[in-house]
Amino acid sequence: MLGFKIERAAAPIWMRSLIPVIAILVTFILTATLVIMAGANPLEAYRYFLIAPLSSQVSALEVLVKSTPLLLTGASVAFAFAAGYWNIGSEGQLYAGAIAAAWLGIILEGVPSVVAIPLMLVGGFAAGVLWALPPALLKVKLAVDEVVTTLLLNSVILFIVSALLNGPWRDPVSGWPQSPEIAASTVFPRLIPRSRLHLGFIVALLTIAALWFILSRTALGLKMRAAGLGQEAARFAGVNVENTILTAALVSGGIAGLAGVGEVAGIHFHLIEAISPGYGYTGIIIATLGGLHAVGVGLAAIFIGLIDTGAQTVSRALGVPVYLGDVVQATLLLVTLGLFILQNYRIKRA
Amino acid sequence: MHAIQMRGITKRFGPVVANDHINFDLEQGEIHALLGENGAGKTTLMRILYGLYHADEGEIRVDGEVVHIASPKDAIRLGIGMVTQHFALVPTLSVAENVVLGYTDGFRVEPQAAQQRVAEAAARFGIEVDPAALVRHLSVGERQRVEILKALYRNARILILDEPTAVLVPQEVEVLFETLERLRQGGLSVIFISHKLYEVMTVCDRITVLRDGRVVGTVDKEATSQAELARMMVGRETFGVTRQDGRPQGPVLLRIENLSALDQKGLPALKEVTLEVRAGEILGVAGVSGNGQTELSHVLAGTLKPTEGRVLVGNEDLTGADPARISAAGVGRIPEDRHEGVIGELSVAENLALEYLDEFVKGGRLDHRRIRQHAERLIAEYQIKASPTDRTRTLSGGNMQKVILARALSRNPRVVIASQPTRGLDVGATEYVRSKLLEQRDRGAAVLLLSEDLDEVLALSDRIAVIYEGRIVDVLPASEADVEQLGLMMSGAREGTSARV
Amino acid sequence: MDIFLIGLIAATLRVATPLLLGTLGELFAERAGILNLGIEGTMFFGAFVGFVVGGATGSLWLGVVAAIVAGILSGLLMALLSVQLGVNQHVSGLGITLLLVGLSLFGFRLVYGEPRVPPAIEPFGRLSPFGQTPILGPLFDQYALTYIAFALVPVVWWLLYRTSFGLQIRAVGENPEAADAAGVNVFLTRYLALVVAGGLMGAAGAFLSLAQLGAFTYGIIAGRGWVCIALVIFGNWDPVRVLWGALLFGGVFALQLRLQITGLQLPYETFLALPYLVTILALAIAGRNAAYPAALLKPYKRE
Repeated sequence: MLGFKIERAAAPIWMRSLIPVIAILVTFILTATLVIMAGANPLEAYRYFLIAPLSSQVSALEVLVKSTPLLLTGASVAFAFAAGYWNIGSEGQLYAGAIAAAWLGIILEGVPSVVAIPLMLVGGFAAGVLWALPPALLKVKLAVDEVVTTLLLNSVILFIVSALLNGPWRDPVSGWPQSPEIAASTVFPRLIPRSRLHLGFIVALLTIAALWFILSRTALGLKMRAAGLGQEAARFAGVNVENTILTAALVSGGIAGLAGVGEVAGIHFHLIEAISPGYGYTGIIIATLGGLHAVGVGLAAIFIGLIDTGAQTVSRALGVPVYLGDVVQATLLLVTLGLFILQNYRIKRA
Repeated sequence: MHAIQMRGITKRFGPVVANDHINFDLEQGEIHALLGENGAGKTTLMRILYGLYHADEGEIRVDGEVVHIASPKDAIRLGIGMVTQHFALVPTLSVAENVVLGYTDGFRVEPQAAQQRVAEAAARFGIEVDPAALVRHLSVGERQRVEILKALYRNARILILDEPTAVLVPQEVEVLFETLERLRQGGLSVIFISHKLYEVMTVCDRITVLRDGRVVGTVDKEATSQAELARMMVGRETFGVTRQDGRPQGPVLLRIENLSALDQKGLPALKEVTLEVRAGEILGVAGVSGNGQTELSHVLAGTLKPTEGRVLVGNEDLTGADPARISAAGVGRIPEDRHEGVIGELSVAENLALEYLDEFVKGGRLDHRRIRQHAERLIAEYQIKASPTDRTRTLSGGNMQKVILARALSRNPRVVIASQPTRGLDVGATEYVRSKLLEQRDRGAAVLLLSEDLDEVLALSDRIAVIYEGRIVDVLPASEADVEQLGLMMSGAREGTSARV
Repeated sequence: MDIFLIGLIAATLRVATPLLLGTLGELFAERAGILNLGIEGTMFFGAFVGFVVGGATGSLWLGVVAAIVAGILSGLLMALLSVQLGVNQHVSGLGITLLLVGLSLFGFRLVYGEPRVPPAIEPFGRLSPFGQTPILGPLFDQYALTYIAFALVPVVWWLLYRTSFGLQIRAVGENPEAADAAGVNVFLTRYLALVVAGGLMGAAGAFLSLAQLGAFTYGIIAGRGWVCIALVIFGNWDPVRVLWGALLFGGVFALQLRLQITGLQLPYETFLALPYLVTILALAIAGRNAAYPAALLKPYKRE
C-alpha cells in the first residue's frame, strides 16, 4: 500500500545561506568556555582568531598557505564521498604523496624545473593512487568496508615514514629524523615574494575547478553521484558501479597525494613525520561543510585555513593553547551537521 | 459495546490529506473490514490507532474511555495488536525472542523459559509455530502466525491485520480465516484491512469503505453485495482492462532456457525456468510473492548472474550480460521496486538520461541542454507531473513510476520486462501503466509481466505462466485460465498437465 | 613451557586489554545499529581525563571512574547526533574523534604546558594471585583492569543474549521498525547502548594512561580505536569471537615487541605495522561473509 512520503521540502535559499552563519556563532559560543578556562577574553580571542589574520597581507597570505593542503584534502574527500566511497584515508594518501615527493626531489637533482616539477606532481598523484588502491580493490572485489581499511592504512604509512626517516633517509648532516633536502629545481616556486604561498596553491585551485567540472559537467561525475546516492538504481540503469567507485577512490587518493607533494616541495623541502597535522581528517570536515560541492569545499577550506592561522595568532597573543583551532573546527562540523538536520525537522513539522 | 471508537480522525502529510475526519467503530467480538483501494488511507488510520502515527485532529476511545496513544507501547497496554503488511519481525532472532521482545518481565530472558512460555501461548490460541526456530528460516505464512501470536501474547483484545492475505496462497488464506473465526469466538475483535472484495465478504461481519481518505460508508455484510462494495470503493461500477486473446503473434523475441539462479542468501531461487515471449504478446507470470519472481526480474535486468541456462533476445545471447548491454540490446526494464529504478536525490532529467548517458556526451562533457530537452519531451509524452530539475524523490509514486516507464519504453524496446508495475499505485496511475503496457504489445514488443496481482495478470496477459518455488508450473492461454485453478497452481497443489512451452 | 612463551602470553593479555575494552564497547554500539567512529577520540579522551583526575586526586581508581564518565559523555554526544538527529554516522563519529582529540590536547596544554618529558604518575600495580609459582605466577601477573576486561567478556555475552536489554539491543540493530512495533523504545535502547559503549571506550583509554604507560602522550592511542572497529567485524559482532580477535592482535603485537629485541635485520616499524596488516588481511578473508547488523548506519525515524 502506498505509504505517504514525508515531504522534506527544500529550505528557501536565504535560510540555507544563513546556516553557516548560525553554525559559526553557535560554535564560538560553545567554545568560549575553553577560552575562558585558558584565562583569556573570548571576544578578544575571536578577534585574533578571525580578524587579525586578515588584517595584514602577510598573515592573509599565510591563511592561503594553510588552505593549500586543505583545499586538496577537502577535494579528495569530497570526490570519494560523492561516489559513496567513504575514503577516510586521505591522511595516509597525503603521506604517500609526500614520500614520493621527497624521493623524487632527490633523484631529480639536475633536471630543470619545467620537467622536474610536473614529474613531482605526477609522482605524488601516482603514489596517492597506489596507497588508495588496496582498500578500493578490497571494497569493490570483496566488499570489505573501506572505512576500516583506509583508517588502518593511515597508521601503517606512518610506520613506513618513521622507518624511512629513522633508517635510510635519516638526514646525514643533522642526524634528525628527516629526509635530505630536495633539489632546488624541484622546489615549488613562490607565487608572491616574501610569502610562503607557493605553486601548490594554484594546483589546489585547479583541482577544485576540476572537481567542479567532473562532478557537474561530465558523465563520470553523474555516474559517481548516481553510485553515491543510489547504488542499486545506478547499477540497474547501466552504470558500472564498481568501476565508478574504483575510479573515484583512486582519483581521491591521487588528489590527497598532491597535498603531500605541496607540503614537501612548497613548505618543508624534506619529509618529516609531522608533515600533516591531520590535514586528511580535516578534509572530511571541509568536504562535509562544503556539502561535497566544489565551491563549498573551496570556501570551507579557506575558512578552516583561517581558523588554523587564527589559532596560532591566539596562541601567541593570549597564550590560549593552539589546539583550540582543532576544537573549533570539529565543533563547527558537529554543529553544522546538527543544524542541517534540525532545519529539515522543523520543516517537516510545519 | 464498542471496543474502539475513532472520531474525526484527520492526518496530513504535507499537502496530502491521508485521513479526512474519519469516524470508525469496532464492536466487541466482530471482524470489521476496512476496505479501500491502495492509498485510500486504511493503513494510515490503523497506524494512528497503533500509535505509529499521530493524528492531527480527532479522538480515540477504547472501551468508551478517551485515550492518547503516543506509541505502540500505549496501544499494546490498551490491548491493541497489529500485524503489518511487512512483518515487524527481527529475522535474526528466534520465534520466542520475537514474541517476548518488548514484553519481557524482569531483566533476565532465558531462552528455554521464553520458548516454553511461547509454546504454551501458541497451544492456548491454537497457533502452530516452533518457538525455537529462527524467524529468517520461516515461510511467509509461518511468519504471519508469529505476528498474530505476538499480538495475542501481549493480551491483545483488538487485532489489526493489514492486508494479511496479500502474501498468502489461497489455501493459507483459509487457514488464516479459520484461525480468525476461532479467535473471534473467543472474544477477540478484529480489524481486517483489505482491498479484496471476496475476502471481505467471506470473513467479515461489517465493512467500512474508505476512498481518498474519507469514509464512504459502513455496511453489514448481510445487507450488501460485492458489486455495491466495488462501487463504494472506486466510485464506479467497473474498472480494469478487458481480456483479449486469439490475437496474431510474431516471432519469439525473448527466449529463456533452463534458467537457474540463487537468491541473496545463496539458496536456489530459480530452477530451470524456460519461457518464450513472442512479438505482440504479453506473457504474464503469476505467483505468490517470494517464489522466484524477484530473481527472475533481476536476472533479466542484468543485476543478478544466473548459475545456469541462457537468455536470448532475438538472436543475441544476453546470458549474464550487465544492465548496460541488456538495455542496449533493446530491452526496456521496469523494476520491482521503484527505488531500484530511480535515484531520489538526482533530478528527473538526470534519471531519465542515466540509462543512455553516452548519447548525452559532447566532447567529453555532458550536454545539459539536450538532457533537459530529452526530459521535457518525455515529461510531456508520459504526462509526468514534474519539471526536469525536480528531485525525483519529491514525486508521487505514480509519477515516479512514469519516469521509469518513460525511460524504459521511450526507445521502443523489442522486449519489455515489467516487474510488479502497478504495485502501490492509485487507480489512475495503475490504469495508465496498464494501458502503456498494452500499447507496447500492440506496437509489437514482447512483454513479460511479473505480477503478484492475479487480477492484473488475468486482465493483461495473452498467456499466463505460473511460478511456484522457482519453477514454472504451467503455461496456459489466458482464455483457458480460471482463478481457482491458478490459485491451486500458485500454491503448488497441482503440477501442470498441459505441455510446457 | 619456556619463559619466552609465557612472557609472550602474559604480554598478549596486557596488550589485548584496551583492545578488548574498546571492542566490547564498539560491539554494543554496532549491535544497536550505530557505527561509533568516535571510539578513537573517546579512548584518547578517556586516557587524558583518567590521567589528569588520577594525577590530581592521587586515586587511580577515581581516574578510571572519571575516564568512564568522560566516555559516557562522548557516547551521549554520539547518541544526540546519530540517534536523535539522525546525522550521518561516519561523519559524526569522526567529528567526535576530532573534537575529543583536540579537547584532550587543549586540556593537556592547559594543565601541563609544554613539558619536555611527558608527565608521569605511579601507575597501577599488578595483581599476582599465584605469586612466584612457575608458569601461573608470571602468567597471572596482570593489572586489575586486565582481569576485569576479560571477565567482561562473559558478562557482555550474558547481557546481550540473556537479558531483555540485550534482546532489545539486538532487535533495534537488526530491525528497529519491528522493535518499535513490539513496544521497544528504539531511541532509549540506542542511547543506552552508546552510553555503555562510551564507558567501555573511556576505560580502555584509562588503562593505557593509568596502567600500561603511567603517562599521557600524544600517540597514546595511535589508531587502537580503529583496530577495535576492525576487530568487531573480524569477530562477527560476537563477544566471544571478538575476544579471539583481540588476543590474536595482541599476540601479534606482543610478538613484534619480542622480535624487535631479538635484533632481526628489519626496521622495528615493520613489526609495528604487522598487526594492522594482519587485521586487513583478516577482513579481506572475512569479506562478504561479514554479517553486519542490518540496521547499521541507518538512522531510525518514525513517521
